[in-house]
Amino acid sequence: MISFLTQSIRMSSAFLFGSTGEIITEKSGHLNLGIPGVMCMGAIGGATGASIYISTLSDISQISPFLAILLPLLCSLLFSAFMGVLYSFLTVSLRANQNITGLALTTFGSGFATFLNTIINKNGFNEVSEIYLHLFGFYDKLGWFGELFFSYGIMVYLAIAVAICTSVILNKTKTGLKLRAVGENPATADAVGINVSRTRYLSTVIGSAIAGLGGLFYLFDMQNGSWPYTGPIESLGWLSIAIVIFSVWKPSISIFSSIVFGVLYRLPNFMSSAALNVKALLGALPYLITIIVLIFTSISGSKNVQPPASLGLNYFREDR
Amino acid sequence: METTKTVKEPLFHLIKRNTQSAWRSVMVRAIAIFSGLLVGLIFAWAYTGTNPVLLLGYMFDGVFGNEIRIWSSLQDFALLLLVSVAVVPAFKMKFWNIGADGQTLMGCLASAMVIYYFHDSISNFVLILFMLVASVSFGIIWAVIPAIFKAKWNTNETLFTLMMNYIATQIVSFVLLCWFPSGQNDFPKFYRKYGNFPQLYNNYVFIILFAVILTVLMYFYLKSTKHGFEVALVGESENSAKYVGINVKKVIIRTLILSGAICGFTGFLLVSAKDHSITSTMVGGRGFTAIIVVWLAKFNPMYMALTSFMVVFLDKGTSQILSATQVTNKALPNIITAIVFFFIIGCEFFIVYMVKFRKKKSKSDDFMSGSGRLTEETQKEKE
Repeated sequence: MISFLTQSIRMSSAFLFGSTGEIITEKSGHLNLGIPGVMCMGAIGGATGASIYISTLSDISQISPFLAILLPLLCSLLFSAFMGVLYSFLTVSLRANQNITGLALTTFGSGFATFLNTIINKNGFNEVSEIYLHLFGFYDKLGWFGELFFSYGIMVYLAIAVAICTSVILNKTKTGLKLRAVGENPATADAVGINVSRTRYLSTVIGSAIAGLGGLFYLFDMQNGSWPYTGPIESLGWLSIAIVIFSVWKPSISIFSSIVFGVLYRLPNFMSSAALNVKALLGALPYLITIIVLIFTSISGSKNVQPPASLGLNYFREDR
Repeated sequence: METTKTVKEPLFHLIKRNTQSAWRSVMVRAIAIFSGLLVGLIFAWAYTGTNPVLLLGYMFDGVFGNEIRIWSSLQDFALLLLVSVAVVPAFKMKFWNIGADGQTLMGCLASAMVIYYFHDSISNFVLILFMLVASVSFGIIWAVIPAIFKAKWNTNETLFTLMMNYIATQIVSFVLLCWFPSGQNDFPKFYRKYGNFPQLYNNYVFIILFAVILTVLMYFYLKSTKHGFEVALVGESENSAKYVGINVKKVIIRTLILSGAICGFTGFLLVSAKDHSITSTMVGGRGFTAIIVVWLAKFNPMYMALTSFMVVFLDKGTSQILSATQVTNKALPNIITAIVFFFIIGCEFFIVYMVKFRKKKSKSDDFMSGSGRLTEETQKEKE
């Protein structure tokens, strides 16, 4: 039971990265449906970084834990931030339709990741993954307590830290207030002197960079460094978008809802004795629950649980 | 008029074009497609080492190379067009139905279920009729659920329909595993001889025929009927529609019933006329591609024929590049297609907007605008 919970919490960080990134983007009024593609890019970016780093080593035993984490992380951020730039150039500057751009971004991201995957050299990924797996060496001395709280890799703690920071920045700082203003009513924000385009660019690029880390986590932590194809990563991306709704656009709630989705996601694996068809049906549960939450938030009509008012709408100053 | 602060006019600003000439729109789009294809082919050139002209030749070869390829391209074209025809009324109404994949898959499932349960108890003709009814109703159910919630409580339809896709996929896996617990993920040979749609010359013709007929019908439905007018008005402005006395809720639900019905019908064709089987991936993302097709065609079914052909051309053509250059990298088609999409998505900007750059002010302009003088002052200061 403890191991199931640990696995679920571990899994949840992929969702947490994805949903935190998407919340930042959506709070500024842009619905980025390209998150699945961004996550693929994040994963392949990390792989590229690791591959480059390993190629500079004469022997795999010389691997430095610090660089082995830092380089893939930076490359991953770079790749997924590029996707954010592409998306915001099309939607913010060129005012293209956000849904269409997002879908094209997903096609591109998964295509490009598959493409690079056949080129890069994946020797030594197992060793890199070993470094990602556990941050604290002492966890197994503390019994179930250690396993539940200290057995995770650096990315899991990073995900929670990022979510908390995002929550504080969004709700307690001036920057966050401006960002939310742009997402609620860009015309008003513009009138008080907030640079709408810049805010939207920044939030989309930063949001994409964070979401991409979900892909990196999945590759090096969950998958032990073996490339999982883009299908599973894409479904993580779609689920992350679902979690944004589930958490009613709040990163603090997202920490818990990601764990809920982690539990739901790992449930078929946990019930190893269940029939295959039951597992298939359980696979639909996360999506079904998202729909239920979506319905409830729309019926309740409470102001606190609504999406940003101008979500999905591009802003053009001269429009009335 | 003295101001201590110097205000600089921005380098450029955007203006919405008052008139959008048809010729200009066509040219901008053509240039976008051409440059997108060029960038995509240069990318492929860098990877395969074959020059772009030769690659373009392979693409044409892949689409029109021989009779079988032409038929198969036409079939793909027809299926994509059918799904596009299904989603176009919803999109025109600004109902972002991205669940056409799931709606079509449910149509497929219905047909497969009818085959599985009734294949030996009724004649082939009745079986096919039964499949048709079942598929269309499953498609309708899958489309109308989000529509009802959208109409009643304004539930976000984009995310709702997206989630419905995944539920449909899981249901198909579930049903298949119930039938064949060993984990077989499609129909065994035994079932494939039942419920096959009659052939006309070959098994492609009927699918193509249906696509053409439905496209024409949809064109007139949207253009010349009262329903079509209502759909367009709801899409333009929900409030205006309300004020002229249109029941917006009714229009939303009615349109999505139509949408789902056509999706279900496409699912029926996929099972009965094309695959004679069922898998959870058999729709192949057509529901998503259709969105791009519809949007590029500006919701006009006639243009949709052009755009869906273009998408099929890209898809089939780039696949041929792979086999002709013997590249094993299966992702190349996706990348090229996505690059072309990016160009087309971006080019809309140059149709709708006009970029005006800051003019160098001559002296005669000076008295026309205060900001002009200020700009010149700033420039002098810099010197």
